Amino acid sequence: MSEKLNTKDRSEKIINQFKSKAIWVVLLLLVIGFSAANPRFLSTNNLFTIARQVSMYGIASIGMTFVILIAGIDLSTGSIITIVNVVCAYLMVNMGLSIPVAILLSMLLAVAIGFLNGALVSVIGIPAIIATFATQIIFKGAAYIISGGVPIYGFDERFKFIGQGYVGMVPVPVIIMIVCFAAGSFILNKTYFGRYFYAVGGNEEASELSGIKVGRTKFLIYTLAGFFAGLAGIVMLSRTNSAQPTAGLGYEFDVITCVVLGGVSITGGFGKISGVVAGVLIIGVLTNGMVLLNISTYMQLIVKGLVLIVAVGFDCYQKKRASSI
Amino acid sequence: MSEYVLELQHIVKKYPGVLALNDVSLKLKEGQILGLIGENGAGKSTLIKTCSGAVIPTSGKIIVNGKEFTHMSPQLARENGIAIIYQEFNNVKGLSAAENLFLGNPIKKGIVIDKKAMEEEAKKAFEQLNINIDPKELCGNLSVGYQQMIEIAKAIRLDAKVLIMDEPSAPLTSKEVESMIAVCELLKSQGVAIVYISHRLEEIFRLSSEIVVLRDGEYIDTLVTKNSNVDELIQLMVGRELSESYPPRKENIITDEIVLETQNLCGNGDRDVNIKIHKGEVLGIGGLVGAGRTELAQILFGAVKKDSGKIIYKGKEINPKCPKDAIELGIALVPEDRKRHGAILHNSINHNINMPIYDHFSTLSKINEKKERAITDKQVADLLIKTPSVNQIVKNLSGGNQQKVILGKWLAANSELIILDEPTRGIDVGAKFEIYKIINDLVEKGKTVILISSEMEELIGMSDRIIVFSEGIITGELQKSEFNQNAIMTLASNC
Repeated sequence: MSEKLNTKDRSEKIINQFKSKAIWVVLLLLVIGFSAANPRFLSTNNLFTIARQVSMYGIASIGMTFVILIAGIDLSTGSIITIVNVVCAYLMVNMGLSIPVAILLSMLLAVAIGFLNGALVSVIGIPAIIATFATQIIFKGAAYIISGGVPIYGFDERFKFIGQGYVGMVPVPVIIMIVCFAAGSFILNKTYFGRYFYAVGGNEEASELSGIKVGRTKFLIYTLAGFFAGLAGIVMLSRTNSAQPTAGLGYEFDVITCVVLGGVSITGGFGKISGVVAGVLIIGVLTNGMVLLNISTYMQLIVKGLVLIVAVGFDCYQKKRASSI
Repeated sequence: MSEYVLELQHIVKKYPGVLALNDVSLKLKEGQILGLIGENGAGKSTLIKTCSGAVIPTSGKIIVNGKEFTHMSPQLARENGIAIIYQEFNNVKGLSAAENLFLGNPIKKGIVIDKKAMEEEAKKAFEQLNINIDPKELCGNLSVGYQQMIEIAKAIRLDAKVLIMDEPSAPLTSKEVESMIAVCELLKSQGVAIVYISHRLEEIFRLSSEIVVLRDGEYIDTLVTKNSNVDELIQLMVGRELSESYPPRKENIITDEIVLETQNLCGNGDRDVNIKIHKGEVLGIGGLVGAGRTELAQILFGAVKKDSGKIIYKGKEINPKCPKDAIELGIALVPEDRKRHGAILHNSINHNINMPIYDHFSTLSKINEKKERAITDKQVADLLIKTPSVNQIVKNLSGGNQQKVILGKWLAANSELIILDEPTRGIDVGAKFEIYKIINDLVEKGKTVILISSEMEELIGMSDRIIVFSEGIITGELQKSEFNQNAIMTLASNC
């Protein structure tokens, strides 16, 4: 005998299926629209440009996906990217350290900041939005102090490879992004940490009573978010070839947009890496397309804000309707 | 004008599949205190909610001061002088006593709030009730007793003629109870009619002139308090025969081996808990809601830390700091609130069942999906979980099947001491019977069960021994030969 699904569950199922497909449809429509408006859009060259442009969002979005899956938020992403830029550049240029050592040390710093976020959230119990907002401000300040407010540049040529190199005809940052997506998907689907993330996002109390150490899980997630943000920072530094003290300013909002656009529920518990991939691509296509159509930077901001409202609004409105039935 | 201020006539409330109230009537005179009693789930709360407008009766009449209504609304209730003091107060902790008293309709001077006038008025209102509260004090700084007084004062200020009090003494200390009783008597002398709901029969006897008894949503009787006694009340409250049947269990499966022992265990509201549980035993724990049973379960499961005392498990003292510690020792908890604490509703059966033990069969955190699936399949088959697929999310299962998933989780974890907190609440009769069979199966396989239940039939039908809690302490222990509902109820009300 099988349990009958009632109509509410069935409609929920249809909505969920629609949601996971809808995003790809939106992406397709955008691509068709932009290529109709400007034939250059579909050129191989431009498509690789888009892929390169979104690579940093893509890398950072993995960590953000985990964080949002447990109904958290990380506002420190941009500052982690900035401080990794500045510190890595400082270590290479001002201290003369080798590339691998500089990368390793600056990545360690990123992980440490993520760890700090985790401690503030899970040990002290500060709401994530405030804890990560505070670390955002702190490391924004720290980046200015270290850099003295001026760009640091003049790296070894070999450093360029990470952000500007190619393997065959595929740009290295795109490869890094794909590896990150694969790793994220592996963590979520094949390891028990992924099971824990969904469980904690779905119901913290029941998770704890099922033997999950919720505090530790949060710690891990914020630390991972620090790691992925740091990696995005390294790629950015190599791409721009110069460390700006404003490098990652406001980056967290683009990353959050990618993630929620990709169908990760802001209230936790639901979401897939495949959706986030689509979310990242939409933001990339949208940004690139608007540039090709000569839409002003300011107008682009307005569009991105609206996209965020639509993405979160869709999810929240569904929930509101479901709970009021 | 009718002689009654409030009359409920033939109130019926049907929910899909459940008859919550079946033809309940009640009459209340001016200046009368009426006791309303019944077990958990007897329908007391539903009944008073029909008076406040929170529940719309399916049929029946509500007559207030001679005016007939088919149902109330919160506004109608207020206009007609009916006020309810709930167990949870509606106070705003960050506002003063005076501001709380005038919450919703403050005294104004022009467009600003006249704090001084409110404080003076509040002082008068409190004095009228012989209570000594500083109107300027923040509500959050006042004791629970005083916060309740503010609620009562608020009701009186809104000219309430009928005051319905739902377990008013439950959160109070014994001294606070005395002053609350004094206030009730004062109000009675001023002509206010009170419906007083309490599990504490002693208070009912002190205050009321008549007592209405409900049982399973049915009106049982109205007694004149002075002609009644505790034994009669308890008899009326529980007085049903064992109607449900319980599956038979093999005999002589209880061994001498003590699985769990507590020594003067204190914490989470419980005091000096001393219990011993033998391997293969079903130990029933009875008591009223809030008696400290769930609280004990939380301590044993590591969800809440103990203050003092010892827990000895299989001969060794243990100190679980979190549920994971307890789980690894072989202790499991099936919590009371299945949907909030038991299952992770939006996750699949497969994930729910394996959640506590993923780290046992994963290498470098990578899950062995074959094993995962095999573990789930075994539990689904053993427990007869009805589902089209193990990937079904638990939310879509029926209550009984959800409970089986939670049980399956602990069986998969090889738990040896399984604490069941109200395991059959909200589950239909057929699934209940299956859960009982699973319990038998568990003890027959040498596991040990603690069964917390508010359903007395279930306790008597399933337990080998029953311990009864009241207000955080054990008030008695009954052996199988001594089992009867009156004895349990007497221990649970501790009088």
